[in-house]
Amino acid sequence: MSDYIIRAKGIKKYFGGVKALDGVDLEIKKGEVHCLAGENGCGKSTIINVISGFYTPDGGELEIDGVSYSKMTPQQSIAAGIQVIYQDLSVFPNLTVMENLALNMELASGKKFVSKKRFREIAEEAVAKINFEIDLDEKVENLSVADKQLIAISRALLNNAKLIIMDEPTTAITKKEVRALFHVIRDLQKQNIAILFVSHKLDEVFEIAERFTIFRNGKNTGAGDASELTQEKFTYYMTSREIKETPFIYEEKPGAKKVLEVKNLNLKNGFKNVNLSLGEGEILGITGLLGSGRTELVQALFGYHKADSGEIYIRGNKVEINTVKDGIKNGIGYVPPERIVEGVFLPQSIKENISIEKWDEWAGPLGIMNEKKIETVVNEWVEKLHIKLHDINDPMNTLSGGNQQKCVLAKWLILDLNVLILNGPTVGVDIGAKFDIYELVKKLAAGGLSVIIISDDIPEILSNCNRVVVMRRGEIVKEGLTKDMDEASLAEFAVAD
Amino acid sequence: MNNKTKKILHSSEFYVGVIIILFGLLIQMRSGQFFTGNNLVDILRSFTIPVMFCMGELMVLISGGVDCSFPAIASLSMFVVCKYMENVTTNPLPFFLVAALIGLVFGILNGVIIGKYRFPALIVTLGTSSICWGVMQGVFQSREYPLCPALLSVGKAKLLTATNAETGLSSELPMITIFMVLLLTWFILNKTMLGRGIYAIGGDIIAAKRAGFNVFGTTVFIYAFSGMMAGIIGVFRACMLQAVHPNNLEGLEMTAIAACVLGGVSITGGKGTVLQACLGMALLTIVSNSLILLGISTHWQNVVTGIIIIAGTAATAIQNQRNAKKLAVKLTES
Repeated sequence: MSDYIIRAKGIKKYFGGVKALDGVDLEIKKGEVHCLAGENGCGKSTIINVISGFYTPDGGELEIDGVSYSKMTPQQSIAAGIQVIYQDLSVFPNLTVMENLALNMELASGKKFVSKKRFREIAEEAVAKINFEIDLDEKVENLSVADKQLIAISRALLNNAKLIIMDEPTTAITKKEVRALFHVIRDLQKQNIAILFVSHKLDEVFEIAERFTIFRNGKNTGAGDASELTQEKFTYYMTSREIKETPFIYEEKPGAKKVLEVKNLNLKNGFKNVNLSLGEGEILGITGLLGSGRTELVQALFGYHKADSGEIYIRGNKVEINTVKDGIKNGIGYVPPERIVEGVFLPQSIKENISIEKWDEWAGPLGIMNEKKIETVVNEWVEKLHIKLHDINDPMNTLSGGNQQKCVLAKWLILDLNVLILNGPTVGVDIGAKFDIYELVKKLAAGGLSVIIISDDIPEILSNCNRVVVMRRGEIVKEGLTKDMDEASLAEFAVAD
Repeated sequence: MNNKTKKILHSSEFYVGVIIILFGLLIQMRSGQFFTGNNLVDILRSFTIPVMFCMGELMVLISGGVDCSFPAIASLSMFVVCKYMENVTTNPLPFFLVAALIGLVFGILNGVIIGKYRFPALIVTLGTSSICWGVMQGVFQSREYPLCPALLSVGKAKLLTATNAETGLSSELPMITIFMVLLLTWFILNKTMLGRGIYAIGGDIIAAKRAGFNVFGTTVFIYAFSGMMAGIIGVFRACMLQAVHPNNLEGLEMTAIAACVLGGVSITGGKGTVLQACLGMALLTIVSNSLILLGISTHWQNVVTGIIIIAGTAATAIQNQRNAKKLAVKLTES
């Protein structure tokens, strides 16, 4: 018997000429919570696929629980006690909780017919392992992401797991749900189950992990005890850059007009009595829990919802914003949280994605586009925002998440905006790209653009906004300058009931 | 209201059921002919063939695919066995078996192409459909053909008869066959791991693979089942019509798909039940059969059927759109 559930040494995996893994080490002790971090494309997913038997490594040694494997199938990996909880959770939305829990087990034992009774027994056994209370007959599509995650975890436990790999489990769930998840993880740890936790949020690593491993470009850049980590070291291992955040300083110019003013804005089941103002060059943060009305509010400013009552003023003039077209006409730009579904056309070219809002203006007689003009302007913004790309005619989906996000920004910046609204701008974005985006936003604000940022991440708001409002149950419950606020009290306002 | 009643009231089965009853009552009020044994049996009779086709289509739709080839497969199998086997045997059973086999071959062809290469099911089945029609017309010189005696007797078997006392018209119907097909489909979908696999594939194909479902095998099964059923139903159809009409099934694929979707089967896969497919088909059959009782000409029947299909699908789509945009922030009470 070994002390280690996994010992991977010098693992190599090449895809054609690309070295996805170039001799990496990963050692996980039994019953420990181990964090694996690294930017997108650093080889995190590749190593997971090697451990779970989906990829055969091109070199290196892999030892599971003291047994070494040169070639391993997914079945062998499962038999050795490895379970992967993928980021997409691999649940069936159209089936019930019970079926989701029981199907894998029943398949593995070669059952041909369905027995509701056996299904229920298996499902009950599974949820009991983590004291998870849920209606077994509910369809999974009606559940929250957090509940789906718990289903995936309970399902994994049915196979006598010794190591559970969780691929970025906290990206799509709220703070409160993260706490509940950590509680479950600690419980599992007591049962001597090791957890490999993939995350790039440092506070989570500190809170839950005992040891960490960090990859960059398919190589190890750091490993050790989580207690020795600092923010600077962590960022450095991930990006090989020294990143120092500078707080945003806003100086109100005397006599500057308010760019946006909102008076007594109401929307049924959205928000009520919202009063808000935004000066030129200000960065206003809006925070609050999911379902606090923060998204509905900015969507109403953009015209996605039509407010029931209240007034909106842009640069002192009263405006009616009833449709998205009105919003854009009044110089309001909105970058949604699911940029992939709402903000970009993935198969279309970068050029088209960036220039789309200007097409009407740049089309000549007979609707023929002025390609030259488009290319000049797009190139200009690509340069200004440091978007890393090969050619502006490449499709959008060839870019990384961070660069896609910058393209969405560029699309709006081409227009002459009064207010830029960013909803969750750094969700699912690498630490390096995150930093770039904020530096960029601050630069834009310094140039006179007014920005609204919505985020769950309170430290992010505190360091990048000059003013913050907290929403709860559709109302603004706290407003003030960020320099007078701290994280704990803001979080308090968001949840207090 | 408890949860269960609420679920039933919000289900598409409930709505379609209510519409069927209302429609029946309307026709009854206007003509007094709807709830007569003769009319009901007539409706059941025109319901038989399409609803059985719906079962194969249902399975395919649940898996996230679509099958446009079954009318062609059915017609080809029907024509071939009726033309070439009439002097071979007087037992009707071999006719059905051979037709099932021909259907199975084309079904497997569909399944293998779709399962292995993951080509779009719509295009693949349109292709096989075209091949079947072509082979039937070109190779086998299809034309209207008299039904052989072995099968004539099957068509005349009266398992359920109702006679209109006034007019003396009677309709008979091999109820048991529909019942068996429906039961078999229900059993496969709900009581076997294979059936749950079909739902799993329709829900999330990658997750199904990871869970250990044999995705390729299941896909082949689905299309093979649809093809085999098509073969059997083709011969059955000839028995019911007492003649071999090689071309009058054309277009039934669209009716079957529309009926399934109207009943509440998801066109994007993962959702659907035997009951939903049956109700959808029942509604379409009743409408196209009964408008004549209201004095509406046959040309308008197609128009009305079209309107029902669009309105029915639109109702679901609009509801989904509303739900997607619905606001649900709980505001503080003032």
